[in-house]
Amino acid sequence: MTKSTPIDVRECHYRRMPVLAASEVTVRFGGLTALNRVSLTADTGEVVGVIGPNGAGKTTLFNVICGFVRPTSGRLEVDGRPLPRVHPHQLVSLGIARTLQGVGLWQGMTVLDNVMVGAHRRHRSGFWSALLGLPPSVRTESAIRDSAVEVLDRLGIRDAANHRPASLPYAIQKRASIARALVAEPRMLLLDEPASGLSAAEMDELGELIRELRSTMGVMLVEHHMDLVMTVCDRIVVLDFGAVIATGTPDQVRDDPAVTAAYLGQEVGQADAGPVTGGEPEGQA
Amino acid sequence: MHEFVSFTLSGVTQGMIYSALAMSLVLIWRGTRIVNFAQGAMGMITTYVAITVVDRGDSYWWALVIAILAGVIIGGLVELVLVRPVESKPPLNAVIVTLGLLILLEAIAGMVWGGRYRSFPPAFSVQGVFVGSSRINLSPFDIFTICAVLAVMVGLLVLFRWTSIGLRMRAAAFEPEVARLLGVRVGRMLTLGWALAAGAGSLAGLLVAPNVFLYPSNMDAVLVYGFTAAILGGLDSPVGALIGGLGIGLALSYIGGYEGASLETIGALVILIALLMVRPEGLFTRVAPRRV
Repeated sequence: MTKSTPIDVRECHYRRMPVLAASEVTVRFGGLTALNRVSLTADTGEVVGVIGPNGAGKTTLFNVICGFVRPTSGRLEVDGRPLPRVHPHQLVSLGIARTLQGVGLWQGMTVLDNVMVGAHRRHRSGFWSALLGLPPSVRTESAIRDSAVEVLDRLGIRDAANHRPASLPYAIQKRASIARALVAEPRMLLLDEPASGLSAAEMDELGELIRELRSTMGVMLVEHHMDLVMTVCDRIVVLDFGAVIATGTPDQVRDDPAVTAAYLGQEVGQADAGPVTGGEPEGQA
Repeated sequence: MHEFVSFTLSGVTQGMIYSALAMSLVLIWRGTRIVNFAQGAMGMITTYVAITVVDRGDSYWWALVIAILAGVIIGGLVELVLVRPVESKPPLNAVIVTLGLLILLEAIAGMVWGGRYRSFPPAFSVQGVFVGSSRINLSPFDIFTICAVLAVMVGLLVLFRWTSIGLRMRAAAFEPEVARLLGVRVGRMLTLGWALAAGAGSLAGLLVAPNVFLYPSNMDAVLVYGFTAAILGGLDSPVGALIGGLGIGLALSYIGGYEGASLETIGALVILIALLMVRPEGLFTRVAPRRV
């Protein structure tokens, strides 16, 4: 949807719905309320940061979106259509991709193979023709390989294609995990702590990459490194104890006293020492 | 010397059969982290299917195809119906389920086909071929056995290494949650893994049947050999399954040949126990700690 298209009259009445909308999402684990009536939207062309102290519910929010955790109440919408129950494997077809904390790459496979796993949804040949190696699937195989190579190229890590993740620098592994999510050509990319373990220079490169991605998709970012969040995000949603305590531009959020009290106030002095309390346990669900 | 060559040749042939069975155990272990104690019994059932087809007057080859297809279907169904519900439960549940299935299948075979020993026709002559003027201990059927197992192994290797569906199966086996996020239908991949494994197991059952006769528990000892081979190879490694199978085949052939056939089963168990004590991770597994 480019700016030059003539204005569609219908659009004046029905604004296009955001790619992703959560409304009043609540998650309880036993007596613990991990998310308390959280509402937010994310759309293509913007970077939405989700921040908050450890245990505020950021990863739980991602897990709800991905279908790993079922919300106790509230609902999710994709393109304005409610999703009654998300199954993780449907996400890619909905245009949503996610990276995990850490790298989560298959250690026994090359980087190229890792990325190719993410590519198969774009090039589907039938299950049976793929299994039996019929001609349509052979074409599909090479299309999958090509699109994986193309993404690696775009992220500048093509040289790593035939290496196993463990033999590569951490920053390259992180990039490969983003490549694996991007190869499905999502409209919404969820990045879970993409900057953890990166050096300052690598973090700058990551920031550039995220800003670049914004031109073709939406990005939702859970991150502890405030420098990165403040420079790349268009909007920031602040969670504390599972509830949204502030939403706004980086400047608005920075000046919000509630945020300072809940989060920045205690964290700012120590922020450069890296994640103060360490990463949340992976797959918190 | 002639004796040694003879034992070696029969060891290789038997070893290939154990490899096929070990391969099916390895495939299931990689996919679902379950040791399928019913693998042998599933091969026994499909061998009965094959002999039923042969009894009707159809050819061996037709019986072979039907038996392997039946194995594939049984494997897929077992995963869908019996294994799926216990997949996320403690490992012991799956052990009990596959043991229960073993007993169930042997009972069903006894009810349907009876408990008597039946001979199973080989596809080719089991008389050793002549090399020069002397007959060696390698029959056309042995050669067929070796070729059939190798063909299956190569087929599986190609599937896993060079196709995207194989890639997805590996992905689903090692990090199911990540695979789901990338749009992989993990459940479908696991069903497929069980189906392929059971197909390989069926082949092993058919190939071993001319040697051990066909009766409801005819695969029990063979399963022990296949299992030992899989452990020797590291349970996680298809190449290990092949080499482990050959190793066990040769070891048992020497034990049986030099010390008497009655020691074969004990020999396999001794090897198994020694392995589990000395090198439980097997000879061919790169030690990769699983994150829990």
